[in-house]
Amino acid sequence: MLLNRHRSLSRRLLIIVLILGFVLLAAMTASLLTGSSGLSVGDVLAALFGQTEKTSAVYAIVWRIRLPRAVLAAAVGATLSLGGLVFQARLRNPLAEPYILGISGGAAVGAIGAMVAGLAMFPGVTLAAFVGSMLVMGVVLLLSRGSGGEQSDSLLLGGVMMNAFCSACIMFLFSLSQSSQLHHILFWLMGDLSTAEPERLWLLMPLWACFFLILVLARPMNLLLTGRESAAALGVHVQRLSWVLLSTTSFMVSLVVSQAGLVGFVGLVVPHFFRRLLGPDHRILAPACILGGGAYLVLCDLLARALPAGGEMPVGVVTALIGAPLFIFLLWRSRT
Amino acid sequence: MKAISILDLTVRAGGRNILDGLSCEVRQGDFLAVIGPNGAGKTTLLRAVSGLLTPASGEVRIFQKNLTAYSRRALAATVALVPQQMNLELPFTVEETVLMGRSPHLGLLERERREDYDIARQAMFFTGIDHLSGRRLDQLSGGERQRVLIARAICQQPRIMLLDEPTTALDPAHQLAVMQLMSRLLEEEGMTILMVSHDLNLAAMFAGRILLIKDGQGLASGLPEEILTPDRLHQAYGCSMSVDRHPLSGAIRVSLIS
Repeated sequence: MLLNRHRSLSRRLLIIVLILGFVLLAAMTASLLTGSSGLSVGDVLAALFGQTEKTSAVYAIVWRIRLPRAVLAAAVGATLSLGGLVFQARLRNPLAEPYILGISGGAAVGAIGAMVAGLAMFPGVTLAAFVGSMLVMGVVLLLSRGSGGEQSDSLLLGGVMMNAFCSACIMFLFSLSQSSQLHHILFWLMGDLSTAEPERLWLLMPLWACFFLILVLARPMNLLLTGRESAAALGVHVQRLSWVLLSTTSFMVSLVVSQAGLVGFVGLVVPHFFRRLLGPDHRILAPACILGGGAYLVLCDLLARALPAGGEMPVGVVTALIGAPLFIFLLWRSRT
Repeated sequence: MKAISILDLTVRAGGRNILDGLSCEVRQGDFLAVIGPNGAGKTTLLRAVSGLLTPASGEVRIFQKNLTAYSRRALAATVALVPQQMNLELPFTVEETVLMGRSPHLGLLERERREDYDIARQAMFFTGIDHLSGRRLDQLSGGERQRVLIARAICQQPRIMLLDEPTTALDPAHQLAVMQLMSRLLEEEGMTILMVSHDLNLAAMFAGRILLIKDGQGLASGLPEEILTPDRLHQAYGCSMSVDRHPLSGAIRVSLIS
């Protein structure tokens, strides 16, 4: 264990938040300094601290392209990581994750359906994404209930099928759409952060409330890990807690999916990494997933921009290249 | 004072009555052992008293107040349950697990204070697991885990403790240790204890009263020597048993006759 578990909770929390906060800041700084236009460190810093003309190209690149992109990446990474953590605690299955369970897919169906119908980004597309993810989550929960909540196989198979079903729905919507919408829809499917705009970032504000709610519920989440009845016997209103956790998570996941499309496996990789490093206490894990998950996706996005010579690839490609092998490894290990 | 009153309690599940008009009372500071064959409804009775299920009819009163009048948290601060099975394959440390027992006493935004850590430490000391406090739960033996669960329940500072077959998975020395813990809780803390058990000899040795149930109905309740008779046991379990006194300890001894 990296950090001594016997040290008091508050001190551990402070140290971890400071370290991960610094990592996130460093990752975002690196992201601001990287790009195709070849700005120098001095240019970027000058623009950032208001030393540049607001009409200049440098200012526009930093404030209208790079910063929104870094902020969106951090928000999406934080949300998906925290979402994975919540699902893993609620379903008591370390393989549960919004993308794998099809919940991101459900949000994408809703979002694309709303776009094809010509609705506005907010509230139309976001709300449709929310409804889509809630519907999929309902099905997933029904599946997990039938099997006692802990059978990973039926849960995962159910998720795979929900994903396949959502893909079919997306392809169907695809066939209905006009060519002018195709670019938008493709963006959703690939999980891309390149279209981040400063004007849309305010849509992410509700995430703060979601984060706060989940942080407050971290201690009861610990109890949930020991089992539903055990938690209830310790005074947790299990049904109410589950409902609040799952609806909050679905809401925030659908919000970021409507902004960034399908970015997979973040909610698997980040919580797993921190559980190994920091232990099972959600009062530590939740803030670690928010900060560390944010940093992780910012770095993945950096890779997505830096790796291909000339041009870039969607960040969803990078996260899947890292996450899918880890998923297979975890699945393999859970059987041996 | 009546700590637990169960009045004409019926619990339905899967189209049949698991508990069928069961009534019983436990007075404050008493130790009641519930015995009966598999499927008699013993565990269901414990779950009903800890508010984990909704009865079809009848009611449960805790300190003369209907169970439904308690909030989940208030109930958990009054009644602690030591379940038979719990997911303990978790990397929580022993201390972290025992501290979970404080949660009915903490508000959502509160953290454990120094007093809470002290109470947890006392509970670990009381159950003899203080030397394990930094060990991980998934690295403990069955006997150690059982004592962790009991320490967690003690840490809740309840007035009533419910135990579901606490000695089933333990070797004889640990069985005795757990039961002696219960006696100390009874004597030193004035705890009210309701225990489900298949071990008739241990129940006779430690419980003040015994409730014998079958098919969700109470067959008899009373002092151990009143309940543990060959006729009653045959009626309940459908097999022959002899009851005598142990020549050395004088304790009631139930033996199977094949």
